Amino acid sequence: MAVTQVFGARVRRREDPRLIRGTATYTDDVTLPGLCYAAFVRSPHAHARIRRVDTSRARSAPGVLGVFTIQDLEGKVNPIPCGWQVPNCDLKTPPHPPLARDKVRFVGDAVAVVVAESRAQAYDAAALVDVEYEVLPAVVDMEAALQSTTLVHEDVPHNRVLLWSVKGGDFGAAAREPGVRVVRQRLVNQRLIPNAMETRAVTAQYNPGTGELTLWVTSQNPHIARVILSGVLSFPEHKLRVIAPEVGGGFGSKIPVYPEEAVVAHLATRLARPVKWAETRRENYLATIHGRDHITDAEMAVRPDGTVVGLRVRTLANFGAYLSTAAPAIPTILYGLVLSGPYRIPNIECEVTGVFTNTTPTDAYRGAGRPEATYVLERMMDLAARELGLDPAEIRRRNLIPKDQFPYTVATGITYDSGDYARALDRALEILDYPKVRAEQAAARQQGRYLGVGLSTYVEICGAGPSKVVGSTGFAGGLWESAVVRFSPTGKVTVFTGTSPHGQGEETTFAQIVSHELGVPLDDVEVLHGDTDSILMGWGTYGSRTTPVGGTAVYLAAQKVKEKAKRIAAHQLEVSADDLVFENGRFHVRGAPDRGMTIQEVALQAYLAWNLPEGMEPGLEGQANWDPSNFVFPFGTHACVVEVDPETGQVRILRYVAVDDCGRVINPLIVDGQVHGGIAQGVAQALWEGARYDPAGNLLTGSMAEYAVPKASWLPRLECDRTETPTPVNPLGVKGVGETGTIAATPCVVNAVMDALSPLGIRHLDMPLWPERVWRAIRQAKGGAA
Amino acid sequence: MIPATFEYVRARSVREAISLLQQHGGRAKLLAGGHSLLPLMKLRLSQPEMLIDLGPVDELRGIREEGGSLVIGALTTHDEVANSPLVRERVPLLAECASQIGDVQVRNRGTIGGNLAHADPAADYPAAALALEAQLECEGPAGSRTVPASQWFVDLLTTALGPDEVLCRVRVPVQTKGQGWSYIKLPHPASGYSLLGVACLVTVDGGVCRDARVAVTGAGPKAVRLTKVEQALVGKRLEEATVAEAARLASDGLEASDDLYASAEYKRHLAVVYTKRALLRAAERAAG
Ligand SMILES: Cc1cc2nc3c(=O)[nH]c(=O)nc-3n(C[C@H](O)[C@H](O)[C@H](O)COP(=O)(O)OP(=O)(O)OC[C@H]3O[C@@H](n4cnc5c(N)ncnc54)[C@H](O)[C@@H]3O)c2cc1C
Repeated sequence: MAVTQVFGARVRRREDPRLIRGTATYTDDVTLPGLCYAAFVRSPHAHARIRRVDTSRARSAPGVLGVFTIQDLEGKVNPIPCGWQVPNCDLKTPPHPPLARDKVRFVGDAVAVVVAESRAQAYDAAALVDVEYEVLPAVVDMEAALQSTTLVHEDVPHNRVLLWSVKGGDFGAAAREPGVRVVRQRLVNQRLIPNAMETRAVTAQYNPGTGELTLWVTSQNPHIARVILSGVLSFPEHKLRVIAPEVGGGFGSKIPVYPEEAVVAHLATRLARPVKWAETRRENYLATIHGRDHITDAEMAVRPDGTVVGLRVRTLANFGAYLSTAAPAIPTILYGLVLSGPYRIPNIECEVTGVFTNTTPTDAYRGAGRPEATYVLERMMDLAARELGLDPAEIRRRNLIPKDQFPYTVATGITYDSGDYARALDRALEILDYPKVRAEQAAARQQGRYLGVGLSTYVEICGAGPSKVVGSTGFAGGLWESAVVRFSPTGKVTVFTGTSPHGQGEETTFAQIVSHELGVPLDDVEVLHGDTDSILMGWGTYGSRTTPVGGTAVYLAAQKVKEKAKRIAAHQLEVSADDLVFENGRFHVRGAPDRGMTIQEVALQAYLAWNLPEGMEPGLEGQANWDPSNFVFPFGTHACVVEVDPETGQVRILRYVAVDDCGRVINPLIVDGQVHGGIAQGVAQALWEGARYDPAGNLLTGSMAEYAVPKASWLPRLECDRTETPTPVNPLGVKGVGETGTIAATPCVVNAVMDALSPLGIRHLDMPLWPERVWRAIRQAKGGAA
Repeated sequence: MIPATFEYVRARSVREAISLLQQHGGRAKLLAGGHSLLPLMKLRLSQPEMLIDLGPVDELRGIREEGGSLVIGALTTHDEVANSPLVRERVPLLAECASQIGDVQVRNRGTIGGNLAHADPAADYPAAALALEAQLECEGPAGSRTVPASQWFVDLLTTALGPDEVLCRVRVPVQTKGQGWSYIKLPHPASGYSLLGVACLVTVDGGVCRDARVAVTGAGPKAVRLTKVEQALVGKRLEEATVAEAARLASDGLEASDDLYASAEYKRHLAVVYTKRALLRAAERAAG
């Protein structure tokens, strides 16, 4: 019964051959007759008034078709809106013009756009646009920005974007409880650059005959892009087609709608020629969103036995120069509400101050808020353990939510679906052979070697989500998902999903769901996505929602197909539908296996429509829109062993164990891949990555020669395992797994390094744990200079 | 990341490359593996009007042994050097160095000639070339000449190569029995270049160090020999304490610059640590 084993099988990703062989079609591969190219003129200053823009030299450069500034776009391209206006936090939403108007606000802010016959001509001419700037002081540092008289947006006092808070219980009272100790630490979660392998691009074509405007765009959510762009361009939505062709990764950076997309779309209509823009890597570093960038003062109140009674967190979150599409939600609801993690913490208070600075805007980056929260929580757990002289595994175990307590509502008000947190912790410790590793550590210390063991127990909130709930948090859309499962007359199946996978592998997993449900061969199922013309509606791929939400819609659509097919089969076999059994893709009469029809035969009959039940419409397809009742909450424990070279400060990861629980697993190979990639990114934040600005707002890590993207050879073999606790939220029992690695890995590694350095009395170091930083701390601890 | 407009020609011989260089003066640049030049052009930090591709020039390829030296054509890729049985046997220090350059893609394209001609302050080959006392053979309008590595590296990205000259071959004396060697580096986490790299070659006879050559790259504007360290080793047994003591001199007067990832102070410290480690490794190998 090969068919029934499709669900849960290690099926190789069908996407990979085309990706690996270079035969995939990305936005930049789209070529059209008469295509011309755009290049943006970008500000070299973080903050400056634009005195004058002289485009005359650029206009007369070879091949130039036009040079445009904000004045040319007036009334044609509206400001870019913010799509997640979180309520009750005094959110400021200053306009984000498609090209800079009187002021530039970060290095890379676009001032003008040049269109030319070739890409090289466009870039050459862009260099000839003469912009006269009056340079203004820049605010880069968040704490300074809040005090500064220099304002990024004149109408936003103190550069304060928002002041958001959540309060459950009473931290103060808990902290005053006799015997309770309060552990405090300032924690910096540095700014990261998402680094999708494909940079952003857009190709736009206007058909004056039909009045249709088609955009190929590097988007994780083409339908959202269509809604927003129809508003920005005042272009009727039904005449606007947005296609996200092959998209080479996003990690959140391709959720937002960016000014360049609107401008290029407009230019295609204006010039009546197709226009393409593809970002260079340098532009990607400057003009595509960054992630993280928090400074947090955390306090954890803990009883002598290790029971955590309270957590209070004050966080500054850097928004950069403009509000990106989903930015307000990231450091607020996606951060503050998840601060309880897998623990019972009765009193939680969180206050977040959002700050505008003259830096690249920030938004969702893999994990988006949840890695930041988990980092705070997991570092504080270790600091509390150290304060009390408890083993880090033990303090965690004492505070985990027990498995018989689900659904469990945490102090911040959200309700967790299902979990067996202790089991994942136990399994990780077992794989690690925790007592042995601790013994090795003790022996190593005798020899002057610095071994450290780090743990991170986490829970992630994902699979957004109930549209009503996200709507109440200010999200300007729904987060349900659509699916169509359609048989063709020859018995092949096409699946249309509103999600927009861009590397995650759902073309494979969704085919597995359908193959499993309908009993058709895997290769007979095609999964389509990313085109607003062929897909009813969709909200995209991010936040580990694609399989729990989109996959469920696919599953439900397949059920509808099965139901209809059964009625047709019953009619043609002249039995009652209740008397039919569906097995291996074939309906047969109960007790008479010879009397039957395959589902492919039924499909043909459905299209021929010669003999259908009275009143039934011809054709065989199912359509489902799934709006979940809750989020899903994957969880797990990561553990690692590191060694610090005390002479150089270098950190080496000796072992890395990950035990994740994402509910039922459709394809273990793909789940492992997601976990591996996530761990690589999480480890990289701990050890290598970090965007840095100078005080004038220049991005010092402006290329891959300065910004350290992790390399496969730097990672140890990853020892991955799973527990499986299905979620009751969806019929598949699946939770998301796209972000767990990034969420868990960062604190896991930092905890291990701090554990290694604990004999020196080093309590905490901020990331990235670059060798020099570690070396200086060691030297200082040993009584030398800092 | 889009270079300025340029012309492109393929040279068929060293002669032709030289005459093209003469014709176009400072506006032309030679192209070998392109792994230093093209990134600069994409950032428009370098805007040559013409690229003269040395790719078709066969006389710049190949590795052969001649009179106690290996003669390595300028177009030999890092990968070829790293994996050549001849290099691995005769000049294992050079192979060890080449194998640590960049990543597989870089090693497949980058060339020894391009690397030494470019003289990046964090490149790896310069340290090995200094420690091995390599000779660089150049040809120009006035004929050929040989420049010892010690005189090749002039300053940041500046060498003794003349404007119309082509670096044709690198002549590396073969290592002898009793010599121990090592190349170790701390790679920059982003670029892969050396944050600090140390090459060393020690000659040990009767348990005593007769000759020591130590060179460091990555710290300052160019790779340099650490003569004080070398002198402190000659005539001594290469025991751990002796080596550690000599290595301490590595930072003495070492020019080092701050960068984003490592301060000058840290680089000087790394020079000491890496010198010690490289020497201990070399001493071990010398002992067989
Ligand atoms: C991602 C990356 C990582 C790297 N990591 C390292 C590293 O870890 N260590 C390291 O040492 N290097 C590293 N490099 C640089 C690499 O080794 C280059 O290949 C090398 O420095 C230049 O060699 P090339 O053949 O590519 O020269 P090109 O880029 O073609 O030329 C470089 C310069 O030398 C000149 N030139 C080239 N050949 C000759 C010749 N025969 N005669 C005269 N002039 C000539 C050119 O005109 C040009 O000015 C890295 C490069 C990249 C892109």
